[in-house]
Amino acid sequence: MGKTLFEKVWERHVVHKVSPSTDLLYIDKHLIHEVTSPQAFSGIEKRGLKVFRPENTVATADHNVPTKDQHLPIREALSRKQVEKLSENCKNHGIELYGLGHPYQGIVHVIGPELGITQPGMTIVCGDSHTSTHGAFGSIAFGIGTSEVEQVFATQCLLQKKPKTMRIKVDGELKKGVLSKDIILYIISKISSSGGTGYFVEYAGSAIESLSMEARMTICNMSIEMGARGGMIAPDETTFEYIQGKEFAPKGENFEKAVADWSQLKSDPDAEFDSEYVFDAADIEPMITYGTNPGMGIKLNELVPAESDLNDENARKSLAKSLNYMGLHQGEKLIGKPVNYVFIGSCTNSRIEDLRLVANYVKGKKKADNITALFIPGSKQVELQAKEEGIDKIFSEAGFELREPGCSACLGMNEDKVPEGEYCVSTSNRNFEGRQGPGARTLLASPLTAAATAINGYISVAE
Amino acid sequence: MQKISIIKSTAVPLPEDNVDTDQIIPARFLKATSREGFGDNLFRDWRYNSDGSPKEDFVLNNDKFQGEILVAGKNFGSGSSREHAAWALYDYGFKVVISSFFADIFKSNALNNGLLPVQVSEQFLNKIFKELEKDPGTIITVDLPEQKVSVDSIGLSESFEISDYKKKCLINGFDDIDYILTLKNEIIDFEKQRVKFS
Ligand code: SF4
Repeated sequence: MGKTLFEKVWERHVVHKVSPSTDLLYIDKHLIHEVTSPQAFSGIEKRGLKVFRPENTVATADHNVPTKDQHLPIREALSRKQVEKLSENCKNHGIELYGLGHPYQGIVHVIGPELGITQPGMTIVCGDSHTSTHGAFGSIAFGIGTSEVEQVFATQCLLQKKPKTMRIKVDGELKKGVLSKDIILYIISKISSSGGTGYFVEYAGSAIESLSMEARMTICNMSIEMGARGGMIAPDETTFEYIQGKEFAPKGENFEKAVADWSQLKSDPDAEFDSEYVFDAADIEPMITYGTNPGMGIKLNELVPAESDLNDENARKSLAKSLNYMGLHQGEKLIGKPVNYVFIGSCTNSRIEDLRLVANYVKGKKKADNITALFIPGSKQVELQAKEEGIDKIFSEAGFELREPGCSACLGMNEDKVPEGEYCVSTSNRNFEGRQGPGARTLLASPLTAAATAINGYISVAE
Repeated sequence: MQKISIIKSTAVPLPEDNVDTDQIIPARFLKATSREGFGDNLFRDWRYNSDGSPKEDFVLNNDKFQGEILVAGKNFGSGSSREHAAWALYDYGFKVVISSFFADIFKSNALNNGLLPVQVSEQFLNKIFKELEKDPGTIITVDLPEQKVSVDSIGLSESFEISDYKKKCLINGFDDIDYILTLKNEIIDFEKQRVKFS
């Protein structure tokens, strides 16, 4: 029997078989940030250890940084202390840090790919669940907890139970105005926010193959939102072209060799998956969420579901609770609903293509008066590129401000928050209660839907 | 890590599905650089109003329910990988979480911190909820060596799964790093032949 892409990459990294289901896995790249690493550093220090392979480790500060005046000391004391602790730890352990002020700083899942750190066939981990983003390159990438960060620090390995495999195919041609964010919100609405638990997903099919690398990243990014540990896409010409010339990508002859190897990384035609879904691209339309988990999504022109549509008692209870939190009603139409906040950013949608798309849409238009919009680029490099392309000007003419990079209102850890009770159309990945600030009500959507909403001041489909 | 073996305790019911880690511990409380003290903010926004006063209808504010066992709806611990969620539950005083389904990362985080996730059938879970509703003093026994959870008062029990390796770790209070360090030479050998291009 043939092997899946996942199995091929996994097997390359098995250092030791611990039991039939559990392996000791070698980790090629360990990405770290300020929030989930300090306890892991103190953990290894308590054991009298140093980071075993600092050269496999890269650090940035992203979760807890301000998105204004990054050249000044962080005002909030606890945040400042956490970011300083990261610098101190990296220095003590010889780890490369792209901290505040560094031209490579940015959201950890944005900088890995843009610097060529992320490559096909690798194992990549980070103390952050959206590490699945890097799977877009055909790597096994997944989020870990702080004890596991400590494990990787100490040994460059992880004990892992091998997950089951799932393939999700999207075939056919996408309708105009449908973005990769819509594809993944659609998939999650079908599979549910826990339907992928225990699985590692491979996305395939002609609609997926037609996507750019950045669009593929958006899809893999949200794998965790259906419970899957990660998602991956077989590397192809689009992948190789993207990687070529990036700062830390293999160069010259090494690149040729790498491409020859990476080209082998695909599921064999007779490979079997533990679970498989097939979707038709033509069925997908711009999506939006109405509830408090990412599985609660509908097409923009559909109505919020009613309890009578559901046959499971717990699902009815969850719906009622979510709608109560969101201040929405069963059967309500979302298009046309006034919204005061729009957030364009996060590791899901803050790359240059996202900014270009939004700029293209808002060019020559003005935001609605009621709208407060946050535009947070994913990295310093994205910010610079946007300025070079004049995107910052287009934004300011439309009444928006392009800030400095970080996670920002995606998780509401810094001061960028959505106030209690307010609706926010957001390009991020989680609509959990309070995610964007206590009492904030998040509606997840694509950058295009967010842009159209910002211009109109109410939930809108981009023409 | 503290050892776990048999836990016999009253329990706290939280019959909600999809309790995500942002609810267990909101991001704004993740600024600490140590592992301690997160219990104070466990379920912060469900537990307290914005002025800091307790929300009367939340179960942790209900004196009737106490104990080392949290019983929660399905898909517990979804969302963010923050281990702070496991630390907060443990710091608050929970030793066991019972649910019919756990999110993957939460489950490993819990196991790595001596917090035992016990997965039971939905039916069994619903029976526990009913029993706790009838009698908040209901004692639940979680026997890790036997991999069995039981409610003695109604003669109900079910077995649960855990890998042999993790079970050994929890019973002995060992963690993964102690074990992996014994394989250091294999790791170094592996590195000599691993696929690498830059
Ligand atoms: S942008 Fe949001 S989802 Fe992405 S790493 Fe930051 S906090 Fe996590």
